[in-house]
Amino acid sequence: MNKYLERLVNGIFKENPIFVLMLGMCPTLAVTKSAMNGIGMGLSTAVVLIASNAIIAALRKFIPEKVRIPYFIVVVASMVTIVELLLKAYLRDVYDALGIYIPLIVVNCIIFGRVEAYAAKNSVGVSLFDGIGMGLGFTVALVLIGSFRELLGAGTIFNIRVMPESFEPISIFVQPPGAFLVLALLTALQNKFKLSSATNGTVKKSALACGGDCAHCSVEKFASFHSNVAGSSDKKESVRKED
Amino acid sequence: MKSDYFVNLLLIFISGALINNVILSQFLGICSFLGISNKIKSAIGMGLAVIFVITSSSVICYFIYNYILAPLDLSYLNTIVFIAVIACLVQFVEMVIKKYSPALYNALGVYLPLITTNCAVLGVALLNVEKGYDLVESIVNGFAAALGYTIAIILMAGIRERMAHNDIPKSFQGFPITLITATLMAMAFYGFSGLV
Repeated sequence: MNKYLERLVNGIFKENPIFVLMLGMCPTLAVTKSAMNGIGMGLSTAVVLIASNAIIAALRKFIPEKVRIPYFIVVVASMVTIVELLLKAYLRDVYDALGIYIPLIVVNCIIFGRVEAYAAKNSVGVSLFDGIGMGLGFTVALVLIGSFRELLGAGTIFNIRVMPESFEPISIFVQPPGAFLVLALLTALQNKFKLSSATNGTVKKSALACGGDCAHCSVEKFASFHSNVAGSSDKKESVRKED
Repeated sequence: MKSDYFVNLLLIFISGALINNVILSQFLGICSFLGISNKIKSAIGMGLAVIFVITSSSVICYFIYNYILAPLDLSYLNTIVFIAVIACLVQFVEMVIKKYSPALYNALGVYLPLITTNCAVLGVALLNVEKGYDLVESIVNGFAAALGYTIAIILMAGIRERMAHNDIPKSFQGFPITLITATLMAMAFYGFSGLV
């Protein structure tokens, strides 16, 4: 298969950021009240991801290894600000509906995960397609979860009435507890049918510094990673003292 | 006039800690909530570190926004500036604690780097700006949000410790049952919305 096409398929099916990798839980739970919100959030994240992936991949030979994280933060935050301003100017409804979750794309694990694990090591072309694949996978997943919640919670999909008039909406599904419930059922079904998902340990660990596995994160893992980083900065300090 | 102000502060506090709980109704900081809630001891450590960082970042972001960004008409840069400031603040706090209070560092140290990417910290800083809170209101809101986080994560850890030896259906073991617990907690916290 063509390597660009392979990246697209990988992002949408094989390593879908929500259904398989379980990254970016906060937006997944927060904005899937309706299918429309899912599309808005998914595409905004996709644009940020594609742009950041391309920029980081283009700069990967110039960014010093030790200070790469601040570089990534600045690039991603700039892209988010651009998307935020564009939405504010041209798509006011989407901006109002998503509110604070637009600037919070900066701290979405998916973006840092892809930038760190993929774009920083690969060429601009494949990184671009990796961003498109991951972004589309994220959008598809958000729309599916959003449609499900909207269907049960309000009887509509994309604000179009689907359920018969006699259907009494189960409003808990469009309220905060419903978000947790839908995700709980989803992961339980994945366990039941043995589908690959980060929550049942069938997905290999990603190359993220912290493992990227938020669902199974333990303090010990973080502590060991952190002591490596802290160790290197201590060394730097001692060098400076000797000077 | 003055009593009105205190009533307002109390309302911000209750709504921040209980009604608009950062985790159970705003979904900020879910990763650490699900990841670090398996032992009460680590949940308390994480909670204290979050209280410390969110409250101090609320203060610093207030000054930066109102005395640097707003007068220079640069308020559109707040996302970039806040995330950079929070990352530096966490590093700085960690160095200070390590130097002056090794006991505190042993208790909180490992949790501090986790907090940089915790969306609750950035979320609270941005909400303070969006709602136009003054200095005292920002501090109260930041402290309340962090307290809400701490309450939720400690309750969750308590429940998970008790659940560890329960007989749970096979497909619900692990992650799904944790989310079911979160669902029930969110329902309970939803009841607070009648409070104000």
